[in-house]
Parts: sequence; structure tokens; C-alpha cells
Amino acid sequence: MAESDNIVAETAEKIFADLADAQTINSDKEGKWKAPLWQALSDAGLPLSWVAEEYGGSGASMAEGFSVLSAAGRFGIAAPLAETMLAGWLLAQARIASPEGAMTVAPASPRDRIALNPDGTLSGRARGVPFAKSAKHLAVLTQGPAGSSIALVDAAACRIEAGVNLAGDSSDIVTLNNVQPLASQPAPKGFDQARLMLMGGVMRSLQIAGSLESMLDISVRYSNERVAFEKKISKFQAVQHNLARLAGESAAALAAATSAADAIANGKSFNDELFLEAASAKIRCSEAAEKGAAIAHQVHGAIGFTIEHILHRYTLRALAWRDDFGSESYWAVELGKLVAARGADELWPLVASR
Amino acid sequence: MTAALRFDPIRLPPECEKLRKEVRAFLADEIATGTFDPHKPNREDADAPEFSRRVGERGWLGMTWPKKYGGHERSFLERYVVTEEMRVANAPTRRFFVADRQSGPVLLKYAPENIKMDILPRICRGEVCFAIGMSEPNSGSDLFAAKTKATKTEGGWLINGTKIWTSSAHIADYMIAIFRTSPPTRENRRHGLTQFLVDMKTPGIKVNPIGQITGQFEFNEVVFTDAFMPDDHVLGEIDGAWKQATSELAYERSGPERFLETYYVLTELVRAVGSKPDTRSAEGIGRLVAQLHTMRRMSVSVAGMLQAGKEPVVEASIVKDIGTVWEQQLPHRVRELAAFVDADASNHETLENQLSFAIKTAPKLTIQGGTTEVLRGIIARGLGLR
Repeated sequence: MAESDNIVAETAEKIFADLADAQTINSDKEGKWKAPLWQALSDAGLPLSWVAEEYGGSGASMAEGFSVLSAAGRFGIAAPLAETMLAGWLLAQARIASPEGAMTVAPASPRDRIALNPDGTLSGRARGVPFAKSAKHLAVLTQGPAGSSIALVDAAACRIEAGVNLAGDSSDIVTLNNVQPLASQPAPKGFDQARLMLMGGVMRSLQIAGSLESMLDISVRYSNERVAFEKKISKFQAVQHNLARLAGESAAALAAATSAADAIANGKSFNDELFLEAASAKIRCSEAAEKGAAIAHQVHGAIGFTIEHILHRYTLRALAWRDDFGSESYWAVELGKLVAARGADELWPLVASR
Repeated sequence: MTAALRFDPIRLPPECEKLRKEVRAFLADEIATGTFDPHKPNREDADAPEFSRRVGERGWLGMTWPKKYGGHERSFLERYVVTEEMRVANAPTRRFFVADRQSGPVLLKYAPENIKMDILPRICRGEVCFAIGMSEPNSGSDLFAAKTKATKTEGGWLINGTKIWTSSAHIADYMIAIFRTSPPTRENRRHGLTQFLVDMKTPGIKVNPIGQITGQFEFNEVVFTDAFMPDDHVLGEIDGAWKQATSELAYERSGPERFLETYYVLTELVRAVGSKPDTRSAEGIGRLVAQLHTMRRMSVSVAGMLQAGKEPVVEASIVKDIGTVWEQQLPHRVRELAAFVDADASNHETLENQLSFAIKTAPKLTIQGGTTEVLRGIIARGLGLR
């Protein structure tokens, strides 16, 4: 696994290693690991990494926060960490202070809309909202006649239908029916739902890339242990080539996700170049999740298909994360439209812009 | 724990953007004056000696080499920009590309001073073309099975045997080749090969062109019959070529030419679908562009690591593996999407012609310069599997 390049990521990795060991979690049928992990993450200020201290957060840089997500992906973390980080970031865009406790974001799909009613209440439905059931508050991006607004909403004021994603993690339907927000402010000029979805998409891309690193890691280790036909399966060329392909997919996901995160962390404006970075990350990481998870399972054989084995903690989560904040096919259509609208001779200048 | 793969988010520095504008302006001029047609990758004008000299005059050959040999002491990232702009424009780079990418750096490292002073400045001026003599009729990927023999004689060596699939040998002034100077040893089957600089005008060298399925004649059979190589044409250690052959591979494998070979069909598809594509075309183009963007980020990342003095051998092999598979599939994906394009679109014929050529070119992309199978072996070794 990559060495952390900052103290924030090191803190996160230490907490994950101590309190979110994959084998321990996998054997814990009652979910006893959840509370201590969340407590430690909160004590370290990680869920509100991107919220300035004056708004109740720990004021880490964008880059530091992104590296926490890479680490969370490598550990296959199933806690509302990314979601609380994103909610805090969204609220901070409108200078709304973040409350304590777990949060999530609505909408979590580019197709859903939450309306800001003339009386200031909010209405609408958001599907596939991660960890809504365990969130105390929601950061909501709303649409009204004057454009986008950002609101803080008490989760108890919403109707939340519990659901799960492929990995069994909470993925819920949130319905707001004339809900009075705790706070609401106009979004900054130009901040729209695509912007929120792409930010969420880049976060998921980093998590997917992290989980692929772990899939590669444990698949290589397993192939060097497992013996078949009187030799380690890592000595079979067919297995070696599969693992080389998994390394390639892991590398592609890592490159696409870290490049997009870097572009956001250092970007001054949200332009076509940033759109290319963010949309490409979600598309390519999702494609890598499919190919990579298939190879990791193939290398492991039947044992990797069991609930007792930890492999599914990475493979199913990576596959599930593809769906959040717009799937790869959704973003491919959007990116294709952008490229077509710019015209054939503007494609290369866009790709070669940095 | 496996070796961590690194793909740092490298950005091209500002001096690269200025250079990029210069290269684009230069290429636009060349297109305007009829040197080449950017829409025709299958042209007959691939060998363009005058164009090669003009590229040299601009200072875009030997960019990273020392000034005393005619180089320009610029960065690998600047060279990267020139390479990708030339490739995307379909510029006729055949005459200088191998010399600039590969042969020059080998000479810099292993040639005696008199040879360096003689040849390197001529490469920088775009005057000489190089070929690479690796494969033989019975040894391709298995480089160390080479049999073409160099026998010691007074003042040099006599070469006998045959090289094959040698790109550009028919127009090349020089070749860098490996010949067998000793048999392999029991301990090391890679022992016994030596790298030589071959002057293609040497008596006893016969070049026989070989037709390719694209209809082109790019590669050749090269037959050596008592061809004399003077002692100072030995490059590096006698019998020790195996120590030298691998170190430059990261440069050779990770460049933009490893995923842009068939890029032109994507541009032409975007032109054909117009500004308002249907959902199917939009999704197809979006995926291809996302994959292209990712490839380029990986490739630039490796270039940045090379510039920083690192040796990302596994990362470079991954770039070539993924990049060449991608550029091989690209014309097929574009063909599928083009099936729905209006046949009356103004560029329909151009696209059809390009697809025909790209689909015929595609098979070679995962073979030349290290097959996919060899690359995956290298990646597997890097992962600790071999």
C-alpha cells in the first residue's frame, strides 16, 4: 500500500488499522466495531476534514481529505465518513456551520431533484442516499426559481426508507415533504448539482481505486500461498497474466482518481478541463472496478466467494460505489455530449490541456 | 504486501505550453504547404527527409541530450509534448523517430566519443535514420535466442546471419543491432550477445522489403554476409548486451506513441456525429475519451517520474500494456459507433478509409516493441510472482 504523504492520512490509516481490520469486521455479526470506529474518527476530526475551524471542522486541505478517502478505500471502510466529509464540504460552500455527528448528502443521484418551495420548505425524493438511516443531519442541494441553494436538514424531519447497496451498506430513499430546513443559503454562483455529483464521484473514485489496491494486494498474496497441481498458482502464466491485468486496472483507477482529486484541490474554476478530469475518473474507476473485481475473484476461486473471506469487502463495495453520484454510463453520456459540443478539433486540446 | 504502484498526478510545466503552441503552429504550416495530410495516416509520404531536417532546425530532435552533441538539454516533459503533438497530427516522423527516442540515447551511453561526436549531431539535425536489429527468423520475443554471429577478425568483426521485421531498414543510415559474440553459458543463457552500431552502407548487407497486411512496406529482412564492423562500433560490453538492453525500456514503452497510434479515428468519429449526438454515440465517445484521458495521465506520470530520475519499469510496462490494447480496440469501437452515423456526413468517406487502415494496423500494436505477453511477464515479476 502507498505510504501516506501527510499526517491526516496517517492518522486515518492508524485508526482503520486499529479499529477496522477487515477480518475482525467480517466476523463481527453484530456490528460492534461501528461505534468505536466512528468515535475515533470523530475524535480525530476526520469526518469534518473539509470544514474550517470557525464552522466546526478541522480545516484540513482538500488534498489531505482526499488522501483519507484513498485510505478508506484501501481498508474497505463501511462508515459514513466520505458522506459526512462531502456534507460538511457542501455546507461550507454556503457558509453553513456543520453540526456534530454523522451526515449524508441529498440528492446522491444526478437524476433526483429537491425543490426549494416558495415558503422556504423543501420537497422531493432522493434515491440511493448512502447512510441516510444512520445520519443525524443531511446536507441538501435544492433547486428553486433563483437557482441552487444549500440547506441543513434534520434527518428526523425526513421520511427514510432503508435499503442496502451491493455490499450490504445502507443506501436509502429519502423523501422530503415540505420539510423546514435548519438553515438554508443560496449556493455560490455557478454551483449546481453537476458540481456536487462530480465532487461525490471523485470521492467514490478514490475509494474504488483504494479498494482495487487492496484487491491486488490480497490476490497476489493468495496466489503466492495457494498450491494447485503441485505448485503455487502464482507460477502459472495464466494466473500471472490475470494479475498483471488487475495491476493495470488498479493503476488506471489510481491515476484517474488521484489526477481528478489533484485537479479539484488545485483548481481555480470549474471549467471543461475539470469536468473531463472528474467525469473520466468516475467512468474509468467504475470500469476498473468491474474488471478488477472479476479477476480478484477468479484468482481466489471458491474461497473468495464465501461470506467468511474478506475479499467481498473490497469487491462488492467497489462495485456498489459505481452507482453513487452518477454511474459511469451517465457520466459517459455527459462527457460525450461535452466533447461533441466542443467539436472534433477541440478534443485533443481538451485532453492535452495539462 | 506487494510493491506499490505509483502514478503521481504530474502536470506539464508552463514552458511546455509555450512549446506546444510552437509545435502546433509549425505543424499547421507544414500541413498548409502540403508536406502531409493529417487525415491520411496511410499515406505514401511517411518518409519525409526535408520535414525531418526542418524538425531538427527547430531544435526538436535530441531535445534532452547534452549540447556538446548537438542536443538541447531540455526536459523529458518537453520532449513528451513534441512527440504527442506530432503523433496526433499524423506527422511523417518515420525518418527520425527511432533515432531520437531510442538509438541516440543508446549511443550517448555506450558509444566511443568519436562516434558520438560524429553521429549524434546529425541525428539532432534530422539527417539520419536508424533501425533496430533485434528479431531474427527464429527469435522474436525471445531476444536471447539470437544467432546472427559476429566473428572477431583483424580490427573488427565479421557479421553473418539475418535480422527480420526490421522497421525502416530500407531507408536507414544506421542500425543498432545485437549479434552473438559467444555461446550462452550454462549459468546465464542471456550471456554472449553484443550490441553493435551498423553502418547500413557496409558491403555485405542486403535489405529485402516485406509487405504488410496494411499494404505498406515498413519492415524488412536484413541479410548480413561477411559484413565488416570496425572495433569502435561495439556498443558497451562484449557479451554483455543483456545488461544494457533493458535499462532504456521505460522510455520506449511509456510514451504517447503507445496509445495514440489510431487516435485519428476518434477525432473523425466526433466530427461525423456532429454537435448533438444521440445517447448511444455520446456514451461511446464519453467512455473512449475517459479511457484516453486516463492513459495520458498515466503516461505523463511516468514521464514525470523519469524526469525526476526514478525508474518506473513496472509502471511503464503497464502503460504499454493498457495503452496498446486500447489503441488496438479503438478502431473497432469507433466502427460500432460509426454504424449509426449519417452516411451523407461530409467526412464519411474519410472516416471509412481511416477505419479500414486502422483496423488493419491494429494487430501489430500489441506485438511491436515488446508483446503484451512479455509485458505482462514483466509486470508479474514486479508484483513478486516470478
